Amino acid sequence: MTDILMPALSPTMEEGTLAKWHVKVGDKVSSGDVIAEIETDKATMEVEAVDEGVIAEILVPEGSEEVKVNTPIARLDGEGGAAAPAPPAPKAEPAPEPASRAEAKGDPVRAPEPAKPAPAPALKDPELPEGVKLVKQTVRDALRDAMAEEMRRDDAVFLMGEEVAQYQGAYKVSRGLLDEFGPKRVIDTPITEYGFAGLGTGAAMAGLKPIVEFMTFNFAMQAIDHIINSAAKTLYMSGGQIKASMVFRGPNGAAARVAAQHSQDYASWYGHVPGLKVIAPYDAADAKGLLKAAIRDPNPVVFLEHEMLYGQEFDVPEDIDWVVPIGKAKVRREGSGVTLVAYSRMVGLCLQAAEELAKDGIEAEVVDLRTIRPMDIDTVVESVKKTNRLVTVEEGWGPMGVGGEVCAKVTELAFDWLDAPPMRVHQEDVPLPYAANLEALSLPSVDRIVKAAKAVSYK
Amino acid sequence: MARGQTGTTGRRKANGAGAPSGKAAGGKDELLKYYRAMLLVRRFEERAGQLYGMGLIGGFCHLYIGQEAIAVGVEAAKRPGDQIITGYRDHGHMLVCGMDPKEVMAELTGRIGGSSRGKGGSMHMFSTESAFYGGHGIVGAQVPLGTGLALANWYREDGKVAFAFFGDGAANQGQVYEAFNMAELWKLPVVYVIENNQYAMGTAITRSSAETHLYRRGASFGIPGAEVDGMDVLAVKAAAEEAAEHARSGKGPYILEMKTYRYRGHSMSDPAKYRTREEVDEVRKTRDPIEHVEQMLEKNGWADEAALKAIDAEVKRIVADAAEFARTSPEPEPSELYTDVYTEAQA
Repeated sequence: MTDILMPALSPTMEEGTLAKWHVKVGDKVSSGDVIAEIETDKATMEVEAVDEGVIAEILVPEGSEEVKVNTPIARLDGEGGAAAPAPPAPKAEPAPEPASRAEAKGDPVRAPEPAKPAPAPALKDPELPEGVKLVKQTVRDALRDAMAEEMRRDDAVFLMGEEVAQYQGAYKVSRGLLDEFGPKRVIDTPITEYGFAGLGTGAAMAGLKPIVEFMTFNFAMQAIDHIINSAAKTLYMSGGQIKASMVFRGPNGAAARVAAQHSQDYASWYGHVPGLKVIAPYDAADAKGLLKAAIRDPNPVVFLEHEMLYGQEFDVPEDIDWVVPIGKAKVRREGSGVTLVAYSRMVGLCLQAAEELAKDGIEAEVVDLRTIRPMDIDTVVESVKKTNRLVTVEEGWGPMGVGGEVCAKVTELAFDWLDAPPMRVHQEDVPLPYAANLEALSLPSVDRIVKAAKAVSYK
Repeated sequence: MARGQTGTTGRRKANGAGAPSGKAAGGKDELLKYYRAMLLVRRFEERAGQLYGMGLIGGFCHLYIGQEAIAVGVEAAKRPGDQIITGYRDHGHMLVCGMDPKEVMAELTGRIGGSSRGKGGSMHMFSTESAFYGGHGIVGAQVPLGTGLALANWYREDGKVAFAFFGDGAANQGQVYEAFNMAELWKLPVVYVIENNQYAMGTAITRSSAETHLYRRGASFGIPGAEVDGMDVLAVKAAAEEAAEHARSGKGPYILEMKTYRYRGHSMSDPAKYRTREEVDEVRKTRDPIEHVEQMLEKNGWADEAALKAIDAEVKRIVADAAEFARTSPEPEPSELYTDVYTEAQA
């Protein structure tokens, strides 16, 4: 007897819906037969049988939602077929998110550290007007709504990038935009980052407001010349004449098991450059409000999203023009024992670490930078003046990093308030490895944050 | 002298068949206008070279001497609103598109009166008023950027054409071909003007390029191209008009390879040891774009020596005034250091 397991459709998929069974108990199947359809919020896939045999039992009925990857979904009575999960076979369309351009075989890998929903922030959001209704929304849909709302508001705003239109976005962030806005405002580009980043920048210089999507920021390295030399510097070099009101956006940082070339946090790279604004939001409300702010901003903005957050749900205010100011950090959890400073996905880890620390009597204050440049160092300093201890957390490498910048600023501005040398938690100083155990060792974790927080607390 | 246009399109045999409308004959006023414009560029550049030697201009300074017919001929083919973008050999383009010689020269000297308030320098000048989008220091960057200007025209359906100038050196940059592909794919209204002055810095085109007929470089994208005598302002104008019409009518990009020559080194610091003095003298003597127009004016009896001298005197005065302004305009206030990093103004 062989278990057929729920397959992963992508490196970051953790669960999905078993939409349809194409077989019933007693059916004979041979390898290659389509036996089921599964869906995620990004894609629908057909599951093919790997082994030959007779379906002995259906363990998960069709229509079941939130079926975890690797859950047995059926039993196959075969002639000694080895237990193996059936890899998915991509249907023509839609297809899974391409974490790599190298053809992803249906390797049922999983995130080494499943991103749990963070504890709900205890704070009432001071930015929210009284009585506003909150709705649950994924970061992915919040980003999509931000673009759609701004495109409705301003005809000069358009989206260009690889697979943004017909494919509905490599990560389905632009789902539905082609239908609403048409091919002139949602433009599929060839795989030529340097070229289309240049075209986007030229269009911005001519007064349009492009949103240039990179499938991931790893590929934007090919385009970094236009982001920095053309978009960021031309206002200055032209004595204020040539503006580039535009957004470069896409997923940044480590996804899961995609190894070194596809896993890099560029916050410090872009944060280094005058003329750019750099944003790295954590939750859906910030993703939406900050992307709207970025699109409206007359300067070039690098907007760093995180693939591992796309599918996470958070509260988002409904039915208001929700714009979050650029350059404002947010205290996501109040505490007096230690300040944890982070951005993007690391904020979630810090909130989890704070819960752990609370069990040991250390109340951590979690500061979400949200904007890397211009950095809201005042909010960090205020927090350090209260806690007297600082830990920075980032997914990028430590040397010359965002954490290093925060530590330098805090040392300059609040040296006398520090009761311990600040500590940095960051990716280990190696290219991100593929092996699951090494990858987990390399990336920041709740455990490492807890340890660092205890170390600066001398506990 | 005979300077027959060798125009061919990339889709046709390179034997002159199907050339753009042939050698255009200019009228008196037109030729006088081009003569004056080219002379202004030449005298301006000569003065810039002098100011560089005096230490008033710093950094890199790339002179346009020898290539004047290209900027002037294309300008004559432009319609109001058409954009221009080029690389770092940009002074000539700025002068012919209507920028004040004073603000160009003052930018060279790094003064507040410069077009970029002294913060861009020789390679980075702009004028939104004149639809001049730079002035770019990264070789080849202006090609995607210029294609992006065309994307904006296409988006707005405003009938404008973008002219993106680049050299034979930039023609080997990968991003150029990324831009070609998208321009033809989306039929963007852009004219690529390759100023082939034969040398990418010190490397002769035959030493750097597998295909030296640069007008053919769009062939694999289906972009038509033509080779043009870039020393003949009328040939340049005629070819640019035809290319612009192609782009404006929705047929997409067009490549013009302007065969030209720069008399000076790549930049002021280049002694140009990679070519002989005789080679330079030969071009100066036989193909000089300004002398060519001068001869046409005289031959037709449209201008005598005195008339030409008067133009020369007027141009020299303009250049002298520009140099004086560039010398006396103050350096930017220290507070300018922090302006224009970000803007609050909506685009």
